[in-house]
Amino acid sequence: MRLPFFHRAATFEHGIHPVYHKETGSLPIKRLPFAPRLIVPLSQHIGKAAVCCVSVGEEVRRGQVIATADGFVSLPVHAPATGVVEAIGVMLAANGKMVDSITIRVYEADSQEVQVRAPLDIESLDKKELLAAIQQTGIAGLGGATFPAHVKLSVPPETVIDTLVVNGAECEPFLTCDHRIMVERTQDLLRGIRYAMKASGAPRAIIGVEDNKPDAIAAIQALLPADGTITVQALETKYPQGAEDTIIYALLGREIPAGSRPAAIGVLMNNVMTLAYLGRLLPAGEGMIERVLTVAGPGVEKPGNYIVPIGTPLRFLLEQVGARGSAKEIILGGPMMGMTISSLDVPVTKGTSGVLAFGAEKLEQEARRTYACIKCGECLSVCPKFLNPSQLGLLAAKREYAEMAELYNLDRCFECGCCSYVCPSHIPLVQQFRIAKAVNREKASA
Amino acid sequence: MSMELRTSPHLVSDRSVERIMKHVVLALLPVCTFSVWQYGLSALALLIVVTTTCLATERFLNRAAKQASTLNDWSATITGLLLALTLPPAFPLWMGAVAGFVAIAIGKALFGGLGHNVFNPALIGRAFVQASFPVAITTWAPPFAVHRFSEFIPSTLTLPFMIPNDNAAWIAAATVDGFTGATPLARWKYEHFVYPVQDMLTGAASASSGETSAILLLLCGLYLAARKFMDWRIPVAVIGSAVLVAWAFRLYGGEAFPPIHLVVLSGGLVLGALFMATDMATSPVTPLGVWIYGAVIGVVTVMIRYFGGLTEGVMYAILLGNALTPLIDKYTQPRVFGTRQQRKS
Repeated sequence: MRLPFFHRAATFEHGIHPVYHKETGSLPIKRLPFAPRLIVPLSQHIGKAAVCCVSVGEEVRRGQVIATADGFVSLPVHAPATGVVEAIGVMLAANGKMVDSITIRVYEADSQEVQVRAPLDIESLDKKELLAAIQQTGIAGLGGATFPAHVKLSVPPETVIDTLVVNGAECEPFLTCDHRIMVERTQDLLRGIRYAMKASGAPRAIIGVEDNKPDAIAAIQALLPADGTITVQALETKYPQGAEDTIIYALLGREIPAGSRPAAIGVLMNNVMTLAYLGRLLPAGEGMIERVLTVAGPGVEKPGNYIVPIGTPLRFLLEQVGARGSAKEIILGGPMMGMTISSLDVPVTKGTSGVLAFGAEKLEQEARRTYACIKCGECLSVCPKFLNPSQLGLLAAKREYAEMAELYNLDRCFECGCCSYVCPSHIPLVQQFRIAKAVNREKASA
Repeated sequence: MSMELRTSPHLVSDRSVERIMKHVVLALLPVCTFSVWQYGLSALALLIVVTTTCLATERFLNRAAKQASTLNDWSATITGLLLALTLPPAFPLWMGAVAGFVAIAIGKALFGGLGHNVFNPALIGRAFVQASFPVAITTWAPPFAVHRFSEFIPSTLTLPFMIPNDNAAWIAAATVDGFTGATPLARWKYEHFVYPVQDMLTGAASASSGETSAILLLLCGLYLAARKFMDWRIPVAVIGSAVLVAWAFRLYGGEAFPPIHLVVLSGGLVLGALFMATDMATSPVTPLGVWIYGAVIGVVTVMIRYFGGLTEGVMYAILLGNALTPLIDKYTQPRVFGTRQQRKS
């Protein structure tokens, strides 16, 4: 039980306090112009890729479906701009893979109004129709997980969801797009929460927001419904507060049983951005054609939050925000769990929550000497999953990957990066764990 | 533009091995200074000779193993300073050099260097000279001797492999009142004499060079703990368990056992608990293991003192704790998140 006098904000055990660099949190969202060409991958979500339903040379209108969902665990893709289909074929994606994509040449003179929409009366829909309508919006988990929203909200009949947890923690340094969404699109967010409650059958929703965003908490509080079904709770500013395990523990005091989904303890979790887009797109009957993302880091001149059409090449995006020539490392997502990209010709997709640019100074700072583990134990005191990264690292160095999984719970690690962050010996622990997991997976499938 | 591919996390903290070690050296400097103030030239010479031997041994073995120098990680400096602080101030310098060599060569390099060593290197060095030179390591000198800044204590300058010079005449000339040459623990063991608390807090009792001023040691330890360069739980567990056991013996055994302040403030318990038991590489990493390890050291220290042949027990207690560390770690793995027994509602 928590003592109210000592805990102002709810929180989890362990974790770290990096420098947050949330300077862009006070800047209003701005719209980015259209790139001359948009590259729209057919698979921007977890599940089966969409099936292309346009052909080369065909004119597409902004908002039009250009690829249809292939089954239940799949999402349609909408045209992010009015233009003409220039190519259909494999293109480089952010993860370094070649994926099927539709390239659209944007009509420069066009007003780029959303031309295809089918407004809905949500109240008249039953659960099944509501879920089908959500699938048609093409919304995937916008926090970066990209799990199709309608699949997440489809609760099996035997499962009872008692709480919808709305994740507004935004614990990753630099990222502030969720923050701006909560401040500027509060109505959309609350509408989206109500749709998600209806679709999942959850009787209440709790919005968890880190206490470094008091304006977001105030904005939400001012619009909360009087019946108390939706509440907002301040969370301690600590990384990784926004991870599934940690935020649910912080808000409800429940641990998701190891290896289970939150539904096992009656909880469903969605990101604020996902629900804000749901609240915006669903009643208008529009598709997911753009998203708000944070562009920041010392490598850009105009950091901020931008509305970016899906498919915008990163080169164009960085030109627009004044990328400095010295930018050497581009990270998609946050600095703790995001990934670097090898080419600027990859497009923004539904899961891109941030683009961070760093220069050479950061790389020099990281070119540090690695020591043997001195067993300081700091990694144990920061691991939010209570693992023993020190021991896992020693085993990884000896390539005893099976033992790591069997005796030291390697598979519970979700690669939050806290252990690597604090390691005074500068051991690349998370990377070692990724390799170990990959080897174990390969062995299991062989 | 050439792009760098890196794996997450892309942010790093400013913690580093050098930084931790540097701060430990920094925290040891006041203790060293006080020891020189107490014992003069002999203590200074001992600190310099032992530390230099440790650094030279480390560098020599780096070269022999064709490795880059590891002197700049500052760990050999810590070993040298700590080792010198655990030796009697009048310890012959050549024996100090032997201790320094053994500490680094056998205590550390043999296991593979920093992080791989099983035992605290400084204590390996001390254990070696304790077994080799039992007389010299129990020959004490009086603190605050009049001539301490102009003359060495005679035994300090003993030639290698010679019988240590006799200090009796020097001590007689240097001290005002009669100096018994025995530590508080020894005087309790053989005479049932209780040293006054204030002398033991401020360094007026005779003992090893660095173990005498409990107040100064605690302040330095507090600095390290506050800056998170030391695990505060270990000294708390060591001293706490020693106090508990000593208190229980005093309660049920009465006058046959020493008062608590004698147990805590003598025989290097404070120095050992703060600076030796907390050596990261040789202490457990698990939250529960740290407490068990500290408690074992505290209890064993008191047991050795009360029932063993030695008057002091901290060194062997810590070495035993070091030996148990892998076992303690193995059986105190933390409970993984999501494995708590769900309460039935």
